[in-house]
Amino acid sequence: MTGGHSGRQAYTGVPRWLYALAVLAALVVVLPLAAMVARVNWANFIPLVTSAPALAALGLSLRTAAASTALCIVLGVPLAVVLARGRFPLLGLLRSLVLLPLVLPPVVGGIALLYTFGRQGLLGSTLEVLGLQIAFSTAAVVLAQTFVALPFLVVSLEGALRTGGQRYEAVAATLGASPGTVFRRVTLPLVLPGLASGAVLSFARSLGEFGATLTFAGSLQGVTRTLPLEIYLQRETDPDAAVALSLVLVAVAVAVVALAYRRPGGRGPDGKAGKQASGERPTTAAAPGGALT
Amino acid sequence: MRGNRKLAAVLPALLAVLLATALPGCAGGGAAAGSSTLTVFAAASLKSSFTELAERFEAENPGTTVTFSFAGSADLATQLNQGAPADVFASADAGTMAKVQEAGLVDGEPRDFATNTLAIAVPPGNPAGIRSFADLAKAGIKLVACAEQVPCGAAAASVEDSTGTVLSPVSEENSVTDVLGKVISGEADAGLVYVTDVRSAGGRVESIPFPEAGAAVNPYPAAVLAGSSNKAAAGRFLDLLAGPEGQEILAAAGFGPGSR
Repeated sequence: MTGGHSGRQAYTGVPRWLYALAVLAALVVVLPLAAMVARVNWANFIPLVTSAPALAALGLSLRTAAASTALCIVLGVPLAVVLARGRFPLLGLLRSLVLLPLVLPPVVGGIALLYTFGRQGLLGSTLEVLGLQIAFSTAAVVLAQTFVALPFLVVSLEGALRTGGQRYEAVAATLGASPGTVFRRVTLPLVLPGLASGAVLSFARSLGEFGATLTFAGSLQGVTRTLPLEIYLQRETDPDAAVALSLVLVAVAVAVVALAYRRPGGRGPDGKAGKQASGERPTTAAAPGGALT
Repeated sequence: MRGNRKLAAVLPALLAVLLATALPGCAGGGAAAGSSTLTVFAAASLKSSFTELAERFEAENPGTTVTFSFAGSADLATQLNQGAPADVFASADAGTMAKVQEAGLVDGEPRDFATNTLAIAVPPGNPAGIRSFADLAKAGIKLVACAEQVPCGAAAASVEDSTGTVLSPVSEENSVTDVLGKVISGEADAGLVYVTDVRSAGGRVESIPFPEAGAAVNPYPAAVLAGSSNKAAAGRFLDLLAGPEGQEILAAAGFGPGSR
C-alpha cells in the first residue's frame, strides 16, 4: 500500500482514475464486513459465542480443518512436485482438473463426493465391506474440506517450485545426491515458505467449507456441524448468534490471511528450514504469497 | 507480449459485452408497461402447487403476472424484514408468520390456507424395514430429520414429546428438502419429512404414514403484505388459495384443508 505518497516524488506508473476504481473494489469487500460488525450484539457477544453448540462447532471446525490441512500436505506436496517438475503427456489436463474445485460450486463438490464415498457411491459398497461408513461422519467433513482446499496448497507450492527453479537441485544431483535426498534436503527446504502459506490457505479454506459439507456430511452437533453450518442453522431463529459466530470466523480468517501473507522479510514459519538445508540458502525466490497468481 | 497487448486492446470491448449481457439481468423484474406484477414470497414446499395456481390466477386476472420467490420460510421472513418488496407472503409455519406480523409488515390477518403433516420417507424397497414411528428410534437406523430450529424439526420434536420416543438422527438438516435428498440418495435409512414432500418426490421414496403425526399438524398461513402496491390483486390471490380451486390443487399435492 504505497498509494499514500504517489504522484510527485517517485514515478509509480499508476493512473489516478485507477485509484478510484481500486477504492471501489476494496469497498466491495470491506463494506459488507463492516456492516456485519456493526450488527454485532456486543452485550450478548460472549454468551452467544460460548454457548455449548457454538463451542462444539468451533472445536469441530478447528479439528477437521487441521486434519484436512494435514491431508492436503501429505497428498498435495507430491502432486505439486509432479505438476511442477514432471514431464509426461496430459500434464496440463491433470493440472486443470486438480484446480477444478477452486472454481466449482461447493455443492457440486458435495454431490460428487456423495456419489464417490456415499453408500450407493462408486467406492461406497467397498468401504462398507471394510466396515467404513463415511457418510454422516466427521471423516466426511474432512474429505469435503480436503476436496476444496487441496488446490490452494497445490497452486501455492507449484508456484514456489517454479519460481525457485531447479539450479540447486541440479547441483545437488551432480554432487551425487539421489533424487530422494535432493527432494528432502534441497527441494522441500527451498519451498518451505510456499508450502507454509499454502498450508495456511488450505486451513482457511477448510475452516470456511460449507456447501460440500452440507451436501455430503450432514449436520449434527459435535459430529458434522462445523461453524459455518452452525451459523447457517442459527440464522433461522437467532440472527444475533449467527452474526456473532460469523465475526468469530472472520477474526480467524483475518488471522490466517495475515499469517499467510506475512512480509517475506520477517522470519516466516521456516525457522527450521535454514538448518535442514545445511548450507543451502533459502532464496527469496520462493517467497510466500507470490504463489497464488 | 504481443499477444498480451492485443488482449489488452480488446479488453474494453470484452467488458462492454459482459456489461451488456449482465445489465438486463440485473434490472430484472422490469415487467412490460401497462401490466401489473404480483410478487409472492412462498415457502419452498408450495412451489409446485403455487406455480399451478398462478396460471389459474393469471387466466382469471388478465394483465397481472405472478412472480414467485420460493425459499425457506425463515429466509423469506428475513428478506421481508430487510425490505424486500413483495405483495403476498405464504409461510410454512405460524411462528415465522408471527415474526413478520410483529414487524408490522402484514396487512390484516393471516389466513391458514392449508395444513401439512409429517410422514416417514424411506428409500424404495424400504431396505431398513421401517414400519412405525417407534422403529425410527431403533439402534443402527440412519435417521435424518430437520433441526429443531426449522418448522419440520419443531413438528418432529412435538411428535417425539407426545409419544415419549427419543430419536437420535445421524443428521439434523436445515430444510426438509435436504432431508428428502438424503433419503433419495440412499444415504439415510429413513427421513422425517412432510406428506407433500413424499408426494413431490414421486417414486424416488416410499412413504410410511404414522398416526402419531396427528400430534403435529402444521398450519400454513398466508397474508397480504403492508408494503404491497397491489393489495386488491394480492387479496384475490388469497381468495383463490382458500377457495375450492386452490384447495383442490393443494389437496392434490398432499396438503390438508385450511381452516379459513
